[in-house]
Amino acid sequence: MRFRSASLLIVLALVAAACGSNAAAAPDEIVLVTHDSFAISEDVRDAMETAVGLPVRIVQAGDAGAMVNQAILTKDNPLGDVLYGIDNTFLTRALEEDLFREYRSPLLDSVPSELDLDHHVTPIDVGDVCLNYDREVLGDIQPSLRDLTGSEFAGQLVVQNPATSSPGLSFLLATVAEFGETGDYTWIDFWADLRANDVKVDSGWEQAYYGSFSGGAGEGDRPLVVSYASSPPAEVIFGDPTAPAPTGVIEAGCFRQIEFAGILAGSNGGEYAEALVDFMLDLQFQEDIPLTMFVFPANEDAALPPEFVEHTVVPANPARMDPDEIEANRDRWITEWTEVVTR
Amino acid sequence: MLRLGDLTIRYGTSVAVDSVDLQVATGEVVALLGPSGSGKTTLLRAIAGLERPSSGTIMWRDADMSAVPVHRRPFGMMFQDYALFPHLSVARNVAFGLEVTGADDVGEHVAESLRLVGLDGLEDRPITELSGGEQQRVAFARTLATRPELIMLDEPLGALDRELRTRLLGEMSDVFRRLGQTVIYVTHDQEEAFAVADTVAVLEDGRLIQSGSPDALWTAPKTEFVARFLGFPVVDITADGAHAETPWGALPCTLPTGRHRAALLPDAIAIGDDLAGTVVARSFVGGRWRATAQPQSGTALEVMVRNRPEIGSDIGISIDPDGWASVGQSRDDDTTEEVQA
Amino acid sequence: MTRRRWQWAIAALPALFLAWFFAYPLIRILERSLRDGNGFADVFGDGGVMGVIWFTAWQAAVSTLLTLLAGLPVAYVLSRFRFPGRALLRAIVTVPFVTPTVVAATAFVALLGDGATSLVAILLAHVFFNIAVVVRTVGGLWEHLDPRLDEAARTLGATRLGAFRRITLPLLRPAIAAAAAIVFLFTFTSFGVVLILGDLRWVTIEVEIWRQATGLFNLPLAAALSIIQIATVGAALFVYSRYQERRSAEISLLPGSLTARAPRTWGEKLLLAGVIAEIVVLLVVPLGTLVARSLTDGIDAYASLAEPSGVLAVSPGRAIANSLAFGLTATALALVIGMAAAVTVARGRGGLSQWFDSLLMLPLGTSAVTIGFGLLISMDRPIDIRASWWIVPLAHTLVAVPFIVRTAVPVIRSVPPRLREAAATLGAAPRTVWRRVDAPFVARAAAIGAGFAFAVSLGEFGATTFLVRPLENQTIPTAIFRLLGQPGSANFAKAMALATILMLLAAGAVMAIDRLRSAGDF
Repeated sequence: MRFRSASLLIVLALVAAACGSNAAAAPDEIVLVTHDSFAISEDVRDAMETAVGLPVRIVQAGDAGAMVNQAILTKDNPLGDVLYGIDNTFLTRALEEDLFREYRSPLLDSVPSELDLDHHVTPIDVGDVCLNYDREVLGDIQPSLRDLTGSEFAGQLVVQNPATSSPGLSFLLATVAEFGETGDYTWIDFWADLRANDVKVDSGWEQAYYGSFSGGAGEGDRPLVVSYASSPPAEVIFGDPTAPAPTGVIEAGCFRQIEFAGILAGSNGGEYAEALVDFMLDLQFQEDIPLTMFVFPANEDAALPPEFVEHTVVPANPARMDPDEIEANRDRWITEWTEVVTR
Repeated sequence: MLRLGDLTIRYGTSVAVDSVDLQVATGEVVALLGPSGSGKTTLLRAIAGLERPSSGTIMWRDADMSAVPVHRRPFGMMFQDYALFPHLSVARNVAFGLEVTGADDVGEHVAESLRLVGLDGLEDRPITELSGGEQQRVAFARTLATRPELIMLDEPLGALDRELRTRLLGEMSDVFRRLGQTVIYVTHDQEEAFAVADTVAVLEDGRLIQSGSPDALWTAPKTEFVARFLGFPVVDITADGAHAETPWGALPCTLPTGRHRAALLPDAIAIGDDLAGTVVARSFVGGRWRATAQPQSGTALEVMVRNRPEIGSDIGISIDPDGWASVGQSRDDDTTEEVQA
Repeated sequence: MTRRRWQWAIAALPALFLAWFFAYPLIRILERSLRDGNGFADVFGDGGVMGVIWFTAWQAAVSTLLTLLAGLPVAYVLSRFRFPGRALLRAIVTVPFVTPTVVAATAFVALLGDGATSLVAILLAHVFFNIAVVVRTVGGLWEHLDPRLDEAARTLGATRLGAFRRITLPLLRPAIAAAAAIVFLFTFTSFGVVLILGDLRWVTIEVEIWRQATGLFNLPLAAALSIIQIATVGAALFVYSRYQERRSAEISLLPGSLTARAPRTWGEKLLLAGVIAEIVVLLVVPLGTLVARSLTDGIDAYASLAEPSGVLAVSPGRAIANSLAFGLTATALALVIGMAAAVTVARGRGGLSQWFDSLLMLPLGTSAVTIGFGLLISMDRPIDIRASWWIVPLAHTLVAVPFIVRTAVPVIRSVPPRLREAAATLGAAPRTVWRRVDAPFVARAAAIGAGFAFAVSLGEFGATTFLVRPLENQTIPTAIFRLLGQPGSANFAKAMALATILMLLAAGAVMAIDRLRSAGDF
């Protein structure tokens, strides 16, 4: 028995040695908590540590929803110092839980004010969820949302289920913003018409884009899909750069997702944590974002890669919605959507 | 009656059973005798329908069995190591064949079969709690229970101790006789074969070399293999009709003039004065002694004597002139064939 | 130490592991969630949620039955016949088991198209993923069964079917029950397959827990569903282990080399052909599409794996190395803990051992979200391992231990006491008896279980994504998922290339273990 407990202690000691603790009084590292879609170039990563002045450990905590929930669950003993990747659909929930401490980065001057929603969080990037179309099948088109219920688009659109997919939810919000909840043609009427027009619903972006969409790398037979404004440049960069862009963006029905970073309330990272937020809003990181995470930088001074300038449109007037309104209605809208579209 | 005609079983390039012709008359007990690997078990499995013959026929009462599936053949088989069903009790093992064939009065038949092998009272025992002898009896009872027209037993006493084997052999023979049972009995033990069988058939490398009554086999082994398998000395001799030159010297022999490969039958060796030897070993075999005598030349011979022989004493041996069996041509003569082989 | 104290010490290891890394986090998260409200009221008040529970149960039962029907002929052919390519087929059968659900489900979406109803697709995918459990668990016993038992039944007048039903089936029953229990657990808690193929029209408890917890932040309802899930699984497991206890008969096993032979009759050859056709249609075609799509640009996708990828943060090569390191660590941990547990379960008789047996399987039947969240709020003391390298192999160990236990217990139990007694009477001390008699059996069982454990760890995706992991510790499945989350044919091809490599690694591991196993056969 004594032997067994001894070996258990050794195992525990090894575990302890292998991981270290971030509960020390003076920080010896800064921990950045983010979602599974986070990526960063190696040189930017090195520069990040130099700028912060401490080693930076980056940990991933599932998709955006899981990440926010995990942050809330560990509020009293946070996993890290800075949380990055919370978007406007989840923001209110996090703010209600007092997840973040206040911080205003000096670099916020270079960020358009409509992105700056709350003193507790700093906008880092912007992604527009937009309809993509297969240029080979449809040529170059710019239909309105209403046009999609016409017979010429019958059986052509695939969307994601808003209950399981973040772009799916964004597109639903865009239609709510466009058609509203009252009047003689509501968002529910629109979705009923889409359903009558044989819209396909997939559970995730991967299945919709690769399984059902016909454009780019997709293997399906539907030329219209809910994706991102950055998807066409990605098709060029990760496809055949010499061929004409296989897909394009439809400006109608776009929804703007803003991703924020915030310093977790329980963090003892102090100025180091602030330095990390500043770094993420600075040009080097901002200019790395388009080609690693395929979203647009929040900092207006950041230069865009040429593919982004050439192969996508930044929608002039994407739908926006107040995070409080989203938080208050999200569950009801999803339930109503489910009734109309899948039951 | 069972008739095998030119039966051959091949696995790829190797031949397990090679052109075997064999008949088993109703009520006859035939022993298949041969060393391990000689094809005995494969032959049994083919008759049971568990192996598909490559060529040849298996006829039962003049009906071709080749298209009859295993479970429809009127044969029973007792497997080496018994193959008792480990998840069933003694009674359920014995009842198995009756149950699957939808027989009436299963309980009665099971009780009767168990009584026949002396296991009444053990019905509900798990198989795993039986002794080796008891397992053998259960397997035997299970095979008998469906009253198959032909019973095949594959080394039924293989794993048991000598005393038990002798007893069980007697009991099985007794059952066969009482039931008038047709039996094929596979063994590698010649004593067992001679004790149980009306006819003994010797297999070598898949071929049936000789079959006949035990005494026919004993007095006239046809090949060197059979003679050696029975434990007889086999030597080259040159005969002149009355005597022969042998490794032991000149001895009486009635084989025709010429050179022979010859077996010396054990019954032909007795006390006498044809040959002088020295006793090198002895053993008591119930009422008499078997002395191992070493002549001046040649291999040692065994001779039965009435009184206890002293090791190292001289002993005189006589050879019955009719006690030689030619098992082929002398090896010296026949070098060509050997080269071919 | 005395023999008895040794036995207690051996039992303590898995018990402590389970208590610390499973029971404690589970209780913490359930307690924490139910503090916010009574989730059970929501469950029983909502017909939709009750429907989810009902669907979860019946689809798991149907999936288990279909997997058994599809798997038993394959198990028979692969364990009883010797033919060229058998080792390869065995490996192929195991590959789907480690294929990340997101990859295979995407392949199913592409193959089946809009035509197939999602329910059919879910059931097919469940068979696809779990057939390996049946083939390996049942086949592992089948290849050691004495074929003469079946033949004896036939000579006694039983038809082929009768002999199978009355002899082979009862003898295989412990293995079939074990396989069915595992498949039931997997399909009862099915997540990725149902999420992707079910289009939310068909929802399991596991998917609903995920949706409630991470999408709707309804932790009380998620916790209530978790408890219902665990209770159902626990009850099913308890029934199973009671059954197993009563059924396990001592069977004398033979080396596989003695029982397998070439197919001879036309019927046997036809069966072999049928099984090969089944494997091709059900397994090779979906897997083959993945391989084909990884090669759309020739070997470019493979050649680029060593380079750091824009969207991945680490190179795919690093992800492969990570997966191997996690797999080996989890396998080693699971072997130590699992074999200690197996010995305890197999030696002990009666209630306590049954409870322990069921408890060990429970992590397989527990929602990955719940466990992930539980580890998150409880693993910060005494040392904070929530976001450390160790959290992934520890979680994988939790999932892998039941495989070791399930494969090892029947084998250890099948060592006839007579063998042990014989060895003891031959003058062997208890420790020598263990080494000379038990150990060879146990080692073979351990090898089979280790193969499973390694494969499970390689392909594990669900639980991994709900853990907090350092960015550099991307595994192959998480890297595939990340690549699939980006547009561009190069990303897609790269994801398929990684999936192909994952399949090859798993197949290689399986083939190596099979070879090891047949070399050490008795």
